[in-house]
Amino acid sequence: MNSAGLAAATATHCPYCALQCGMTVEVTPEKVRTRPREFPANGRGMCQKGWTSAAVLGTPGRLTAPLVRAGSADLRPASWDDALDHVARRLTEIIAEHGPGAVGVLGGGGLTNEKAYLVGKLARVALRTPHVDYNGRFCMSSAAAATIHAFGADRGLPFPVTDLAEADAVLLVGANVAETMPPFVQHLRRAINADGLVVVDPRRSATARLAGLHLRPQPGTDLALALGLLHVAVTDGHVDEAYVRDRTTGFDAAWRLAARWWPERTERATGVSVADQRLAVRLLAQADNAYVLTARGTEQHANGTAMVSAWVNLALALGLPGVAGSGYGTITGQGNGQGGREHGQKADQLPGYRKVDDPVARRHVAEVWGVPEAGIPGRGKSAYEILDAAGRPGGIRALLVFGTNPVVSAPDAGRIAERLRELDLLVVSDFVLSETAEIAHAVFPVTQWAEEDGTLTNLEGRVLLRRRALDPPDGVRSDLDVISGIAVRLGQPAERFPTAPEEVFAELGRAGAGGPADYSGMSHERLRAGESLYWPCPSPDHPGTPRMFLDGFPLPGGRARFAAVDHAPPPETTGDRFPLWATTGRLLPHYQTGTQTRRVGELTEAAPEVYVEVHPDTATRAGLAEGDRAKVTSARGSTSARVRFEPGMRLDTVFLPFHFPDAQRANLLTNPALDPISRIPGFKACAVRLEPDLSTEGGSGR
Amino acid sequence: MTVRKVVIIGYGMAGARLAEEIRTRDPEGARVALTVVGAEAHPAYNRVLLSSVLAGGLDIRSVLLHEPGWAERAGVDLRVGVPATRVDRVARVVELADGTRLPYDAVVLATGSNPWLPPVEGLLDESGRPADGVVAFRDLDDCARILEAARPGAPAVVLGGGLLGLEAARGLVARGSMVTVVHPLGHLMERQLDPGAGRVLADALNRTGVEFRFGRFARRCVPGSEVELDDGTLVPAELVVVSTGVRPAADLARDCGLHVEQGVVVDDALRTSDPRIHALGDCAQHRGVVNGLVQPAWEQATVLADLLTGANPGARYRGTPVVTKLKARGIDLASLGEVHVELDEPGAEVVRVEDPTRGRYAKVVLRDNVIVGAILLGTPDAAATVVQLFDRGLPAPDDRVALLLGRSLAEATTVNPADLPASTLVCRCNTVRKEQLVTAWNGGARAVDTLVAETRATTGCGTCHDLVSAIAGWLATRKPAPA
Repeated sequence: MNSAGLAAATATHCPYCALQCGMTVEVTPEKVRTRPREFPANGRGMCQKGWTSAAVLGTPGRLTAPLVRAGSADLRPASWDDALDHVARRLTEIIAEHGPGAVGVLGGGGLTNEKAYLVGKLARVALRTPHVDYNGRFCMSSAAAATIHAFGADRGLPFPVTDLAEADAVLLVGANVAETMPPFVQHLRRAINADGLVVVDPRRSATARLAGLHLRPQPGTDLALALGLLHVAVTDGHVDEAYVRDRTTGFDAAWRLAARWWPERTERATGVSVADQRLAVRLLAQADNAYVLTARGTEQHANGTAMVSAWVNLALALGLPGVAGSGYGTITGQGNGQGGREHGQKADQLPGYRKVDDPVARRHVAEVWGVPEAGIPGRGKSAYEILDAAGRPGGIRALLVFGTNPVVSAPDAGRIAERLRELDLLVVSDFVLSETAEIAHAVFPVTQWAEEDGTLTNLEGRVLLRRRALDPPDGVRSDLDVISGIAVRLGQPAERFPTAPEEVFAELGRAGAGGPADYSGMSHERLRAGESLYWPCPSPDHPGTPRMFLDGFPLPGGRARFAAVDHAPPPETTGDRFPLWATTGRLLPHYQTGTQTRRVGELTEAAPEVYVEVHPDTATRAGLAEGDRAKVTSARGSTSARVRFEPGMRLDTVFLPFHFPDAQRANLLTNPALDPISRIPGFKACAVRLEPDLSTEGGSGR
Repeated sequence: MTVRKVVIIGYGMAGARLAEEIRTRDPEGARVALTVVGAEAHPAYNRVLLSSVLAGGLDIRSVLLHEPGWAERAGVDLRVGVPATRVDRVARVVELADGTRLPYDAVVLATGSNPWLPPVEGLLDESGRPADGVVAFRDLDDCARILEAARPGAPAVVLGGGLLGLEAARGLVARGSMVTVVHPLGHLMERQLDPGAGRVLADALNRTGVEFRFGRFARRCVPGSEVELDDGTLVPAELVVVSTGVRPAADLARDCGLHVEQGVVVDDALRTSDPRIHALGDCAQHRGVVNGLVQPAWEQATVLADLLTGANPGARYRGTPVVTKLKARGIDLASLGEVHVELDEPGAEVVRVEDPTRGRYAKVVLRDNVIVGAILLGTPDAAATVVQLFDRGLPAPDDRVALLLGRSLAEATTVNPADLPASTLVCRCNTVRKEQLVTAWNGGARAVDTLVAETRATTGCGTCHDLVSAIAGWLATRKPAPA
């Protein structure tokens, strides 16, 4: 296809977050422009990232040829065939020497459904390694584990996001939507106007400023707060007893633990006053339409699964989930964070959101793939464990990375970068030389969103068509071509690794048929025709499922399950050496590790560098004035950051955005302690100290 | 590894928690064989929640600490309804009332405390138990008796204006009783409050319907009818709730010759004078302090479980900062640390805000910029923040008054577009500052929609729409700048 054959204006979606705002890409001979397009999820809204996204297409650092590092030399351009041959040869050698388990594959929540599916198939069929996982392990896995336990399925919002517009009260826990997905806020307008928006966040975020009630728990104590609110719901008579009796199980065991979190004890542990606890629950209970929504702030903890379960418990006690006009949801972050966790790029999972150790699922998928069931590896290492095993004897020797940048995004990032340098082979697919690509042995230049077709599943479980608006630069191919190119060179038949998105989508539908996330009734054709399709959609004549659980939960007896969870303090606590809590998060102008957004002038101007947000008294006592450069240090490393005063901060807490590279990485500080169930790291609470940065460069990896 | 035989005497909040903590560390019973002995017939319950039961928020079943079958699943030999009668330290055997002899390697006394009843005529019946219509507000059975007796309009007297007495009074008033609290001293909760705070609290409770008689004590009680005070006045009382203090239950310890002062004396490893016998909770006296609160007991349980299972032989208990919170609906009161400090005491900084009209009284005591005591009444924001700063010994914020007032210091909500600095961020979603709107206006964008088209303001979340409109309105009407 050539440029002349493409429409001048293409209806597609924004490349960034999970809201997936409707967007029009206009291509003229002079330039490419983006503007918002009327779409339910965003109305007509779009944030600065979307408005400026076209700038990334023509970014100066754009890679247009594969790069290969031979020996200790620099990365040098190579032809696609040479680069793929090289990678396949090295993989073959490494597998021959160390076995298939020495290869790891990391995918991403920004990849299309088609890519996510093929990443998993590459690992399990072509490489035959169990070690495939994705960066969503760092964000969505706690919510996924908790909601699968509670509801029997994990769809971020099991209702259309536009339903929120009818809400009188919304409890937003650890979600800063005003910063991370601004057009989402318009759906909260009614709740905001009714003073019914309750925000739980240790800091006075942009979203907290919109709230009628802001609860500021000490970092890491969300679970105590959730238990306290459940306690108040019971003692103040707000439990929906008929709902609990008829639609749930396990209340008594959950209550036995929540009973120990009477409001006064909860206040002492969390810093949220008894009066505010009571008010928050009353607002939710008395609203006609009420929702509980959680996000990374409460999920990214070393007990994140239990934390989410505690918020789900509260929603169940109030009778919200699976009832029209109310509910519980988790706000997915990455563009395809939802689809990315459904199609088999997770260590424990096969396409269709099925478990890799479920014999029925294995047989089904083996048949679709045309391989023996025994040939499909079992459960593998999770994302952090793959990174942590990199370069170790008996660990991961070769790693393929698609659509993620762990050198910046992983917890304890300084150590992870050291591990990756020990690999025998690191292969990265990206559109620029990301921080991870810089240390790779081979880099493949791949297409960006406006240059490809594919599907993404947004935060509400609606499958969307991403449309190709212009040709990629010469020399750039899709991740699907990289995957197929490697697989074929490892001896796989080409038809088993198709590169046409529509064909891959049809196959992933077959592979996932009968699973919880059933796409088998969907097709690119139906999406092109403008159908609004939410999974599950098990047959071509099925209209999809905008609202799940209304008739019951996919669990025994159709009943949702309470989880008996209790609070535990974070794995490290503040003390003399590290007296402050640090928490990390996002800024409006940037997305994830900034690989895209740090290349847009307008965005870097708005947010040029990392800063540390701190209460003026806390800063002053550390000898710091506004605008000074501070050294923030944890037990793992130091980050150099500009001081920003924020009187709304707790005295014991500082905040750093994590989008920035090198010595500005917030993740040099964070604790890699993992949740026992979801394997999510605790990004949101680590102990630090604050002092003036006296060096000129500032910061160090360790 | 040999399995140690541990016997916990007492199945209340401390004993039950200790059993759980031990099983968390030793789920299979590989290190500790655990027996728990409870004198009361019913299972362990959460005593803290009794005031919620009284206030009507919980039924009695909801306060049980364990589900039926817990002991069996947890591998605990639980014996309830059988008091321990003796600890034979020579034979290392605990003897129970039914004749059972339990050999031990370690014993834990978790016997709690008993209510102390003042010597008032008529309070006790012939058998020495509280007479009909007289209840000590202490255990689950007391709670049930109070609930039975509380009726709308029925007069009740609470003897004792301490924490529990006031919680009982508040609960009874919520159920419609006519309550009079009789307190022998001049102000309420005299250990936790100074006179000023005590007065404000009395006023606040009085507004909910509780009456007070200060500086008086009961001389005679006619059960089911009335109480006669020391000045001869009669107060009608179908129900008398006695809340005049508790005493550690230390008889077992005393009888077997352990060192007992107010309570059973323990060291930082919660050992009594016999290192094979430990004590925790209300019956124990640690560093001279007998605690009647649950938080210290639970922290002690953590330490003791570490020691008894060997999970952390270095674990020690070093005390818990005391924070008292009144659990009374509609009244927010916290008291912590040193509160009886006068404004002029050298070395101390005392900040006090009194607002009796609105039932507020806030006092913090600081030394070297650290909060060492506080009374916070009617200031929930301050209470929540101060308690955390106090617990962790963190420096207080410089603006003490803002700390005490919390959200009462409202943020400015109305803005005049003319007064905003040019650099004010108007649209966060698209990083549009006021100056860009002014520039666009001057460049010909003379309406909201053209300003939007030019700057992209309002096109994200839409929250700034009103402000952009206000700025447009201001731009349209502002006077031209002087030449």
